[in-house]
Amino acid sequence: MFSNITLGQYIPGRSPLHRMDPRFKLGLTVAGIVLVFVANNFASLAVSAALVLTAAGISGISLRQYLKSLKGILVLILFTAALNLFYGSGEPLWQWGFLRITTGGVSNAVFIAARIVCLILLSAALTYTTSPTQLTDALERAMKPLGVFHIRVHEIAMIMTIALRFVPTLLEETDKIMSAQKARGADLESGGVFQRIRALIPILIPLFVSAFRRAYDLATAMECRCYRGGEGRTKMKVLRAARGDYLALLAAAGFAAAVALCNIFLPFLR
Amino acid sequence: MDHLQTIDLHFSYAPGEGEAPREVLCGVTLQVKKGEFVALLGHNGSGKSTMAKQFNAMLLPSGGKVYAAGMDTADESLKYEIRRRVGLVLQNPDNQLVASVVEEDVAFGPENLGVPPEEIRRRVDAALRAVGMQDHALDAPYKLSGGQKQRVAIAGILAMEPECIVLDEPTAMLDPRGREEVLDAVLRLNRERGITVVLITHYMDEAVRAGRVVVMDNGRVLLDGPPREVFSQVELLKKHALDVPQATELAYRLKAMGCALPDGILDEDECAAALELLLGG
Repeated sequence: MFSNITLGQYIPGRSPLHRMDPRFKLGLTVAGIVLVFVANNFASLAVSAALVLTAAGISGISLRQYLKSLKGILVLILFTAALNLFYGSGEPLWQWGFLRITTGGVSNAVFIAARIVCLILLSAALTYTTSPTQLTDALERAMKPLGVFHIRVHEIAMIMTIALRFVPTLLEETDKIMSAQKARGADLESGGVFQRIRALIPILIPLFVSAFRRAYDLATAMECRCYRGGEGRTKMKVLRAARGDYLALLAAAGFAAAVALCNIFLPFLR
Repeated sequence: MDHLQTIDLHFSYAPGEGEAPREVLCGVTLQVKKGEFVALLGHNGSGKSTMAKQFNAMLLPSGGKVYAAGMDTADESLKYEIRRRVGLVLQNPDNQLVASVVEEDVAFGPENLGVPPEEIRRRVDAALRAVGMQDHALDAPYKLSGGQKQRVAIAGILAMEPECIVLDEPTAMLDPRGREEVLDAVLRLNRERGITVVLITHYMDEAVRAGRVVVMDNGRVLLDGPPREVFSQVELLKKHALDVPQATELAYRLKAMGCALPDGILDEDECAAALELLLGG
C-alpha cells in the first residue's frame, strides 16, 4: 500500500538547477515569488514569466511533470479567474442584472491566472530539484540570523530532519496496524463519515503509543552518539556557492531590473 | 589494562508511586580487558540491558563504581568523552537512525563531536566500508533490510572512533540472515581492529562465538569464563531457566541416556564429529 512513497516531490537529476546551492535556490525562489507579485502590468508579468520558464527549462524536468503540478490547483485558478471576471472597470462586454463582465475584468482574470501559474511553476521547479534534506539544510542556514531572537534554529531544523526520516517508518507501521486490526475483524471501509472516523481510533492509538516509544528510543540513541544541541556541531557537507550560483544571482537581478523598468515605464499595458 | 570495569555495582530504577524500589543490579563486579569479545547472557530482567547503559554513562550507579576506559562514569564532565569511547548500539535499528540518507546518518556522531568536515567524510567512508555498506551510502534507511540498518547503526558508532562497542541485543529483531551479517561485522571489527566488544544477547549460538561468556541472573554474575567452560554447566544454567546451545543440549541429553560423549560440545560440527566417533568406533 505504501511501498512506493516519494518524500516531497524531489526528482533526482544532474541538471544545473539540481547542482545549485540550495540556499541560493531557496533565496532566488522567494525573490522570484516577490517579483511575480510586484509585477503590475502585462509587460513586467511577461518578464517574470520568462524568469520562471528559464528556471523550469534548465531544470531538465519534463513538461508533463510541470503540467501535473498545475493539475492539482486548476480548480483554484479557474475559480479565482472567474471571480475576477466580474470585477474591474472599462467597456462592458456582457451584462445580466448586477453581473457585468468588462474588458478590465477579462484582463484582470487573465492576469491573475497567469500570476498563479507562474507561482506554482516556480515552486515546483524548486521542489523537483531539491531533496528534502537539502531544503532543511538551506532553511537552517537561512534562519540562522533568527538565533539573535533566541529562536532555536538548529533544533527546528533537527525536528524537521527527524520528521522526514520517520514518515516512511510510521507509514509502514500504520499499514501493519491496519492489517492487524482488519485481521481481527475491524471494518474500516463501510459506514458513514462518523463511523469511519470512529473506526480509525483503534489504529491511531497504537500508532501514537508506538511513536512515543520510538521517540524515547531515538532520544537514547542520539544521546549515545553525543548529541547535545547545535553548539559546537560541525557538518559533513559544507554548502559552497559555485560560479553557477553567482551567475543565477546575476540573471535574477537582471530580471528584477527589467520588471522594475516595465512597472515604471509601461503602466498603460494593463 | 581493564577497559570496562564495574566494582560492586548496585542500581535500581526510580520506583513508581507506592512501589518499593527494586534492585536491578545487586553488586556486579566485572572487568573487560582491551580487545576482548565478551558475550553477556541472561534472560529478561536479569539486568543485562541495564549493564549496557551503565558502561557509557547513560545510567549512573546507585552504589559502587563504573570505570569506562579508565574514567569514572559518575564524573559529569567526562560524559561525552565516555560516550565517544564506549559506543552503544541499541536493539531496534529503525529507532536509532536519525537522517534520511545513510551517509548523513553515519556522519551524525562525528558532527556532534565537532570533527572538521573533511575528516568526517573520511571517517564516514571508512566506517561504511568496515561494515560492508559502502554501496548503500546514498540510500534511504527505510529501503534497507533489518540487518543492513543495524550495520549502518554500527557504522554510525564506528565513525566516532570508539575503543569499545557495547551492543544491546542488536540481533533480537532480525531474521537469521540479518543476524549473521551483523555478527560477522562485529567479529571482524574485534579481530581486525582490536575493538573491545560487549555483545548482549539471548541467542546462545552467538555467545558461543565470543571469547568469553558472562551469564547474569537476577542482577548478579552467575558464571564467567570461556564458552566451553560456561556451557558445560548445563544443570546450573537450566536451574536458572537459561538455555544452552542446541548442540550442547543434544549432547547433554544423549549423555544422560548413557552415551559416552565428551563434555563441552559447543556447535554442530563438534557434535557431529563426536557422534561420528561414537558410532564409528
